Amino acid sequence: MNEIFEHAWRGFEQGKWSGEVDVRDFIQRNYTPYEGDESFLAPATDATKKLWEIVLDYTKKEREKGGVYDADTDVVSQINSHKAGYFDRDLEKIVGLQTDEPFKRALQPFGGIRMAEEALNMYGYEISPRVKEIFTKYRKTHNDGVYDAYTPEMRRARSAHILTGLPDTYGRGRIIGDYRRVALYGVDFLIRKKEEDKLIMDGDMFPDKIRDREELSEQIKALKALKAMALEYGFDISQPAKNAKEAIQWLYFGYLAAVKDQNGAAMSIGRNSTFLDVYIQRDLDEGTLAEQEAQELMDHFVMKLRVVKFMRIREYNELFSGDPTWVTESIGGMGMDGRTLVTKNSFRILHTLVNLGPAPEPNLTVLWSKKLPKAFKKFCAEISIKTSAIQYESDDLMRPDMGDDYCIACCVSSMRQGKDMQFFGARANLAKCLLYAINGGKDELVKDKKTGKPLQVSPEFAAITGDGALDFKEVLAKYEQMMTWLARLYVNVLNLIHYMHDKYSYEALEMALHDTKVRRFFATGIAGLSCAADSLSAIKYAKVYPVRNADGIVTDFKIEGEYPQYGNNDDRADEIAVWIVKTFMDKIKGCFTYRESVPTMSILTITSNVVYGKNTGNTPDGRRAGEPLAPGANPMHGRDKNGALASLESVAKLPYDHARDGISNTFSVTPQSLGKDE
Amino acid sequence: MTGKIHSFESFGTVDGPGIRFVVFMQGCPMRCKYCHNPDTWNFTGGREKTAEEVAAEVLKYKNYFGERGGVTVSGGEPLMQIDFLIRLFTILKSKNIHTCVDTSGICFPLTGSEKYEKLLSLTDLFLLDIKHIDAAAHIGLTGQKNDAPLAFAKYLSDRKKPMWIRHVLVSGLTDDDGALMRLRAFLDTLDTVEKVEVLPYHSMGEIKYEKLNSDYCLKGTAPPARERIENAKRILGAGK
Repeated sequence: MNEIFEHAWRGFEQGKWSGEVDVRDFIQRNYTPYEGDESFLAPATDATKKLWEIVLDYTKKEREKGGVYDADTDVVSQINSHKAGYFDRDLEKIVGLQTDEPFKRALQPFGGIRMAEEALNMYGYEISPRVKEIFTKYRKTHNDGVYDAYTPEMRRARSAHILTGLPDTYGRGRIIGDYRRVALYGVDFLIRKKEEDKLIMDGDMFPDKIRDREELSEQIKALKALKAMALEYGFDISQPAKNAKEAIQWLYFGYLAAVKDQNGAAMSIGRNSTFLDVYIQRDLDEGTLAEQEAQELMDHFVMKLRVVKFMRIREYNELFSGDPTWVTESIGGMGMDGRTLVTKNSFRILHTLVNLGPAPEPNLTVLWSKKLPKAFKKFCAEISIKTSAIQYESDDLMRPDMGDDYCIACCVSSMRQGKDMQFFGARANLAKCLLYAINGGKDELVKDKKTGKPLQVSPEFAAITGDGALDFKEVLAKYEQMMTWLARLYVNVLNLIHYMHDKYSYEALEMALHDTKVRRFFATGIAGLSCAADSLSAIKYAKVYPVRNADGIVTDFKIEGEYPQYGNNDDRADEIAVWIVKTFMDKIKGCFTYRESVPTMSILTITSNVVYGKNTGNTPDGRRAGEPLAPGANPMHGRDKNGALASLESVAKLPYDHARDGISNTFSVTPQSLGKDE
Repeated sequence: MTGKIHSFESFGTVDGPGIRFVVFMQGCPMRCKYCHNPDTWNFTGGREKTAEEVAAEVLKYKNYFGERGGVTVSGGEPLMQIDFLIRLFTILKSKNIHTCVDTSGICFPLTGSEKYEKLLSLTDLFLLDIKHIDAAAHIGLTGQKNDAPLAFAKYLSDRKKPMWIRHVLVSGLTDDDGALMRLRAFLDTLDTVEKVEVLPYHSMGEIKYEKLNSDYCLKGTAPPARERIENAKRILGAGK
């Protein structure tokens, strides 16, 4: 080990991590679990308060200007495309902005030039003719690639919205680099490791191997660009961080490079606070850092994460009810050896919600376990009561499969940091799929532009005929058939999208911060679960008569009698929901997935269920056309009649094994409904 | 043995200790002006369910009950269906579930009965709602006399059965200091009152009256002021 490394790693217990990239091993050998309470925490410093005032002032001006403060129309955003930018250079302990000015949104056309241009136009900006020319004449984008390859059937499914939110016009996101590596090893070490990997990546040059080699070269270039970006701010990050301030700064530079490179749908940051605690604790022990300074570093770091911004079209923000970036930071959890991964820094990062006030970003996510230290649980509860800004997820559920160094992408999608990546797959609308089963694949809302007749989206399947009550067995068989078609089409659409994204908008920097041999997830998703389950239950337990329009399409239903509804802990309905999840996932698994990716599925629409509902006709459960579907795995609105536990129990029956990418249930309670005692 | 059930609440946190599964029974002889569940009055409504079915539903949530939680049967007036209650609690006690009845005591036969003896042996806690201590005011408020509720309180006390007294506070109707003091004097004669709860009136039931097309006597009545709530608690010795 040379002197630089000896100094940077002073006091650390050495191990496997010292010779090869293994951040988990480093954490396990060096972190200090903390079982105490929050009494050690420090308030915001004057510098923090002043700096936050400046940020708030920009936020206010941004709102006054209609949502965008400033936008770059000329410089295409890349890792080292911009000069250094600051809010206030003297106050900022952690530096680095996406462009050369605060709140100036970057121009990121690699996902699609039309989208980039449209977004600018919406806010009154004009894209530079030079950039437009380059990206239409000389440089192809991800979006162009996808549309070159789409089949007519794919286009139909897309425009009829049975497949929705596909990442074909924007960055797919959801990939989380292991930004901790930048701090622990310095960039030169990482480049060296990637070069070694490239050297042994030899043999017959099949297309896959050629692509792997090309991508590795791109990764190495990105790492060099990362160094150059940091140098622009006056930091040489070729070597490891020597103290806490550097560790946070190095790590943040890694993340900053990622958001400059990619305008991804969710740009989560990983699981960093306990890693950083090792550095902070060492500085505290060495007497070079006081608690207040440690908190200040975390406050300033979080401030930077709060101002991550992308240039997006208004519809995008409407779809997600805001301007989300999903900078998810995963906190706490338990280790495989039974020690808690909660450290003092887990408290510090949550304490930023007090020092800076509540905010939706970064999306602070506590990995919850029954075994978390009591004082930490209590602290979380207090911060939640004060700020409503913490997300909780079950570590006990995810740890057995993912180990103890996984993190959350977006809202519920777990990956081992630096070891797993994923191909984000939006959603298939399974409520609409049921209507297709009844109508033989003709859309209940969308017309064929040429003929004016209902659009035949799938190949022509036999529709249900007659006006008698729908027969459950017949509908179920047709539904399963339609699911087979939909799953295959869906997977193929995603295969194509991710092939093009790799080709035209490859996340070189983020992937440089992954192991070269990475596990890939193929993250599909479904919408409309409870609506589909209730519809099938209605057909099974009540009498549902189809109502046809002039074209013979079933566009409405007459329901006679009552039927059990999902959300009441009634197995009759809940088992249908379970069947839907298992059946669809099994069909996904049966398809070829791009780059040997492991198929997973999520049930997690949080706000987009409203838009999906707009594009879905009347359903057999009595829901009217255009009404929202329930979010995620929620029961349909107002149908869970037996109180909270019954509703939660229904959701809990859904098999996590068939929905490894996560199940979400939106659930609100008022403090009063939790009882009268403290 | 079937009972007429109005509905279930799987996450009850305000009717007895801990997390409770609440069974709302259908049918009530009282017509309290402030009732927020008028849809439980009618004896002809509801769904018929066997005690076994209801017990099976309760037991689904056993894991949530912890050390203090359990089942609460409310209504409607649960004691109107005492045979069903006895059957249900017999099953639940055999499974070690904490049992609680939320009642007005209105149908208590003044001298007690064998059935009541039996029910007491199966019930861990009674929530007894005393609407008004004064006989005339009680009739005005509920349409019924209050001798049965008061006798029932005495009966529970004599048999050493724990009870929580509840009193709904409505401005101008049930928050008179004199009446509250008389109620307190009565409570002081009882030996087994573990807790007194003052329940401030709220208008969330109003919408149900609209749905039932019936008049809501308290239209426009505001929830009591915090100061009046504290006053009632102080007088009744609630929150000790």
